[in-house]
Amino acid sequence: MSDCQSTIRFCVNGQNCTVQASPMKRLLDVLREDLHLTGTKEGCGEGECGSCSVRMNGELVNSCLVPVLQAEGADIQTVEGLGAIGALHPLQQAFLDCGGAQCGICTPGMLMAATQLLAINPHPSLGEIREGLAGNLCRCTGFIRIFDSVIAAAASTQNQSSDQAAHAR
Amino acid sequence: MRGNPDAHEMIAPGSLDAVLNLLATEPGKWTPIAGGTELMVAHAAGRLEPSKLVSLWGIPQLRFIATGAESIAIGAGATFRDLRAHEGIADQLPLVTKAASWIGSIANQSRATVGGNLVNGSPAADSSPAFLVYDAEIELVSVRGSRRIPYSAFHTGYKRNAMAEDELLFAVHLPLRFARHRQYLRKVGTRRAMAIAKVALAATAIVEDGVVSDLRLAAASLAAFPTRLYQTEAALLGRRIDAGTIESAREALLAEAKPIDDIRSTAEYRKRVACNLLEEFLRELLSERAAT
Repeated sequence: MSDCQSTIRFCVNGQNCTVQASPMKRLLDVLREDLHLTGTKEGCGEGECGSCSVRMNGELVNSCLVPVLQAEGADIQTVEGLGAIGALHPLQQAFLDCGGAQCGICTPGMLMAATQLLAINPHPSLGEIREGLAGNLCRCTGFIRIFDSVIAAAASTQNQSSDQAAHAR
Repeated sequence: MRGNPDAHEMIAPGSLDAVLNLLATEPGKWTPIAGGTELMVAHAAGRLEPSKLVSLWGIPQLRFIATGAESIAIGAGATFRDLRAHEGIADQLPLVTKAASWIGSIANQSRATVGGNLVNGSPAADSSPAFLVYDAEIELVSVRGSRRIPYSAFHTGYKRNAMAEDELLFAVHLPLRFARHRQYLRKVGTRRAMAIAKVALAATAIVEDGVVSDLRLAAASLAAFPTRLYQTEAALLGRRIDAGTIESAREALLAEAKPIDDIRSTAEYRKRVACNLLEEFLRELLSERAAT
């Protein structure tokens, strides 16, 4: 047994955090229990379902498989960092508009996987969306409305940028 | 039962030298952990024995892909996302790119490392068949120095390998001499993402005037570890590909394959599918010849 707690510093949604935790404590548990960021959900707890997806240093990760010691110095984005009530992220708005969320357990992970996908590939094909979300399981929607949501979000971002371009002209 | 994080010790020395010194000081006492896609799963399920873990994540000396004139070196800490994004690998060693794209999901590929995949030594490892048919060499390091061994000699039994207790897998070296080869890789699993292979087959071959003049075959989930299929290769080398050769190659593979029944599939199914994959590859070679 080890009573050794480590001091771990990282940045979550733009805010610097310091936590005292066992180095093998899962990032998922640190987010939920120590930082009270309960938007990130636990599904399978073994990297299969994607419910706990967050972005770490610009990469999508399953936070259930990250020992918090390996998050030292990392820049982490959770679903709480996407948007806020009244100022939803385009993906959140699209999930609302298209019925992309039902029970909601998979939704934060879906949103983070979709955010990662659109960050790398702003206009993905349906095949690319399916691959980008292949590690995120949903047992309610049948996935089609989730794919529709991502397509709608990509289109809305495109419209916004073309609006901005029009204004700029 | 859920794993208890306090049951494990974990440190992150941050440099390769510090890790090697630790492994040399207490050989066999420390378990390296890279992206955690294997060990953290065991930990979550309460299956990880109380351990002293040394983190390799973020050690810059291990995360690289270096292209030389005659080979590409992949650092043990390179992730499968790194591999998929590498144009030189996609261009020269396409089976590696293909295998990398099959590993888990995007989130797993962001964390799973090449070194972890090989040292873990799963019989079903996705990257292994491709590395085997590209004649990969494994570079091992310790405070005593470094040595290179053929990847085909790396696995020595179920989850056993040729590493000494003070050694760390440093890199995989892939020779760039397969541009002329016909190449094949197919994995059969339950679904395209996340599924662990029921069986996978890889091949590199040269066919001259209808005769197989150079050939490597390798498989996942047909033995206790990923392995070359030397007897099946022997049944094909120097032979003209025709219906008779395909049949004798299938027979050789049936005799050589030693799969097991497990949670994912049966030995019988694995053997039949492996033979079908082999036949698919050989028929591709035939149709390629007809087309040219």
